[in-house]
Amino acid sequence: MSDTIAPSARRRKHGGGTAKPPKAASLWSDAWHDLRRRPLFIGSAVLIAVILVIAVFPGLFTSVDPLNAASCELAKARQPMSGAHFFGTDNLGCDVYARTLYGARNSIVVGLSTTIVTAVVGGLFGLVAGFKGGAVDTLFSRITEIFFAIPSILGALLILAVFRTGNVWTVTLALAVLAWPMTFRIMRAAVITAKSQDYVVAARALGASAPRIMFRHILPNAVAPVIVVSTINLGTFIAAEAGLSFLGVGLRSPDISWGLMISDARERFLEAPAPLLFPALFLSLTVLAFIMLGDAVRDALDPKLR
Amino acid sequence: MKKTSTPVLPARTAPGDGPLLAVDDLHVEFATRQGVVKAVNGVSYSLNPGETLAVLGESGSGKSVTAQAIMGILDMPPARIPRGEIRFRGTDLLRLPEDQRAQVRGQRISMIFQDALSALNPVFTVGWQISEMFRVHRGMSRRDATKKAVELMDRVRIPAARQRVNDYPHQFSGGMRQRIMIAMAIALDPEVLIADEPTTALDVTVQAQIMELLAELQRESNMGLILITHDLGVVADVADKIAVMYGGRIVENALVHDIYRSPAHPYTKGLLDSIPRVDLKGQELYAIKGMPPNLLDMPQGCAFHPRCPYRQDDCVTDAPPLYEVGPTRGSACHYWREVFDDSRR
Amino acid sequence: MGRYIIRRLIQAIPVLLGATLLIYAIVFALPGDPIAALAGEKRMDPNIVAILRDQYHLNDPFIVQYWYYLTGLFRGDFGKTFAGVPVTDLMAGKFQVTINLAATALVLEAVIGIGLGLYAALRRGRPADSLILASTLVLISIPTLVTGFVLQLLLGVKLKTAGVDLFPIAGVTEGWRSYLLPGFVLAGVSIAYLTRLTRTSLAETLRADYIRTAVAKGLPRRRVVGRHALRNALIPLVTFIGADLGALMGGAVITETIFNLPGIGQQLFSSVYLREQSVVVGIVTVLVLVYILANLVVDLLYAVLDPRIRYE
Repeated sequence: MSDTIAPSARRRKHGGGTAKPPKAASLWSDAWHDLRRRPLFIGSAVLIAVILVIAVFPGLFTSVDPLNAASCELAKARQPMSGAHFFGTDNLGCDVYARTLYGARNSIVVGLSTTIVTAVVGGLFGLVAGFKGGAVDTLFSRITEIFFAIPSILGALLILAVFRTGNVWTVTLALAVLAWPMTFRIMRAAVITAKSQDYVVAARALGASAPRIMFRHILPNAVAPVIVVSTINLGTFIAAEAGLSFLGVGLRSPDISWGLMISDARERFLEAPAPLLFPALFLSLTVLAFIMLGDAVRDALDPKLR
Repeated sequence: MKKTSTPVLPARTAPGDGPLLAVDDLHVEFATRQGVVKAVNGVSYSLNPGETLAVLGESGSGKSVTAQAIMGILDMPPARIPRGEIRFRGTDLLRLPEDQRAQVRGQRISMIFQDALSALNPVFTVGWQISEMFRVHRGMSRRDATKKAVELMDRVRIPAARQRVNDYPHQFSGGMRQRIMIAMAIALDPEVLIADEPTTALDVTVQAQIMELLAELQRESNMGLILITHDLGVVADVADKIAVMYGGRIVENALVHDIYRSPAHPYTKGLLDSIPRVDLKGQELYAIKGMPPNLLDMPQGCAFHPRCPYRQDDCVTDAPPLYEVGPTRGSACHYWREVFDDSRR
Repeated sequence: MGRYIIRRLIQAIPVLLGATLLIYAIVFALPGDPIAALAGEKRMDPNIVAILRDQYHLNDPFIVQYWYYLTGLFRGDFGKTFAGVPVTDLMAGKFQVTINLAATALVLEAVIGIGLGLYAALRRGRPADSLILASTLVLISIPTLVTGFVLQLLLGVKLKTAGVDLFPIAGVTEGWRSYLLPGFVLAGVSIAYLTRLTRTSLAETLRADYIRTAVAKGLPRRRVVGRHALRNALIPLVTFIGADLGALMGGAVITETIFNLPGIGQQLFSSVYLREQSVVVGIVTVLVLVYILANLVVDLLYAVLDPRIRYE
């Protein structure tokens, strides 16, 4: 309820000119211009940059190689935080700091690959269903309803049980199978809205081909909500990977995963909380960073708030 | 009115020799991110019992903001009233403590809005919404209040009121919804009724019926009516006097027949010339050139000068005061005489 | 209304069939032999194995097995485990735990989420509002996994050593109090979302024209907000809370594991490893039903709350 005058004053400024088709490019450059000045965006972008550097070059921050079993000494299990072990050691005497840093990579890989797969699959199906309408749309929509009805963690748990082994790719697959319908729904709705816009109708009247209308005119204008949701989902996927690994069906040792670390530290958690709390902290910060980024991007792209 | 003690709200029957309602040098501004918007800049008008004042102007002219200031329903902040008085039976409402102000709002001065569909609460029945006035302000029981609501619906001529009292707003037609708004507004016999574009959203035939109803209700109760509109056509038959607003100021005020005969401000003249007339059929319709002023960046001098065919150099630098054109009328134009003479020809 | 409900239920049939088929197929594809798993280490008499395989239709093709299962389901028969226990009996106790957990979470979600959201909306732009908004962002970002353990540590160890014993931190031995902490953990993310939704919804409603009308009627602010605005702002919240029931029940497995609650999540977990397909499919089927019914109830509630919506 900030100000009653501002919206109408602004509308006059924007809408007063000649009626040009909304250029997707200007939406993005406007959004970018807007984003650069949002503390939420800057904060999350910096945080994500740091996490990405850790994920790609964990060796920059620690000389311990946790992938080498020799780095753990059972005799030094559950040591407190010290100069030698910043975050202490875990039940097997491994360095928690090094393991936490090395765990970033798998989280990021699962998060990114699941996001890409769901965005491409869900987005493509959504584009086709929304554009074609009719029987194609009905068929796809019915199928997604089935997926929506299945609880996603339980579903992923079942799929992973089929594979027997858990690694980043099976986890990605399990998560993506259950998550693509959400992207589908969002893309479909955006496409149906874009389809009835004047500039699309005009392009159609001018005899543009269906693929051209779909990819040149509709997609650039419908992709914004998908990007917003994908960014937020990236964080959710990272949390889901941790959850599945914690349950014992996601990544398995010797892979390093924050969820797995939490699970391993669980037994002696109440007496030695550090081996559980540090991966938990990194996990939370990573999820927070992506959800914040998604929030900032949504605020910048949402035409209702512009 | 001396500014010594806290003002007290006068009784309904207070004899008082002044006008029922007088707006005096009212200023309203809004703080926005882009700067301060001066929506109302020194507006004055007055209203007597049984009188109808039409406030005319395009959107952004400040006519609705003035009305909302009278009602005390502006969101403050961002709105601010740096100067001016709104005297109701001699008492300045702006200096009245909020609890007394609340006694005026809805009970003694009430208001109806442009779009009755959005102005009525969609999830309550119309009967509930009308009877709420009696329940909240008069402490009536639900049953008695509903009975009153049915009476009011009868009075604003809603057919089968008794059956429809439990219907929801969306189940009525546009005209009927506006009647419900009117019923709600007159429920407690207000002394002033402000109608903000009451017919804009309606069909032409329904517009006439609503205006007729308002005029009739006014005759019955002798209330003062402020009719806010951008449509000169609506005004002619019902109004006693007219105040024309432009850029947050009153640019011309006059009795209704005077203004139609001979406008004394180029803006009013432009408005009158742009009404389609049967005797001028076939000629191109006049239109005022240019755009309404930007409230964030008002032109220097007379706000109307960028669009004015009578503009001289001093219009760009000096804002005209309200010149006295006659005993009951004024015009804020340096060259009102030329306009006046032109329009009599 | 009645016809609408029937139509909706008919529309739900393909969803139910599709979901059970999908789950049945996944369980069918699970590695390992259930009868062998039943026997464990010791060797079974081949004759008994043959009888068991026949009894559970394990020699039939997939689609025939599914058909047997489905026809049983429509008679209300969820089948038997390989040990001969009716799946319905097995599920009843587990679902009781999960329903208690989800219901506690739902109540906490509604009370805390709506309460905080209203408070924030009425103080928009002030410090309290910013604080609530920032906390929701953090709450959304912290995975259940983390909130669960952190609260367990705080309440179970730190406060207990300080002499404050608020909630039990594991198990279900202390009645409804056992569910408070896990319920809160399960509801965490939903609380944050609901707070934001409530805030937006009320703030948007307060900008509506009919609120201006209510103010112009001279109503006290308490009534304008508490009656006119709230009644409208509530409508999207009901949808959110209702649709969340299914999500909470289906997402309870991690919370159940952390707090050692013997609910369906844990049951599903062990049944997957025993390849108890009737149990696995049964649990998912019930969850799908809960999802479908919850959505139906929400749609009907919508019509009750918003008179503009009428279903025929």
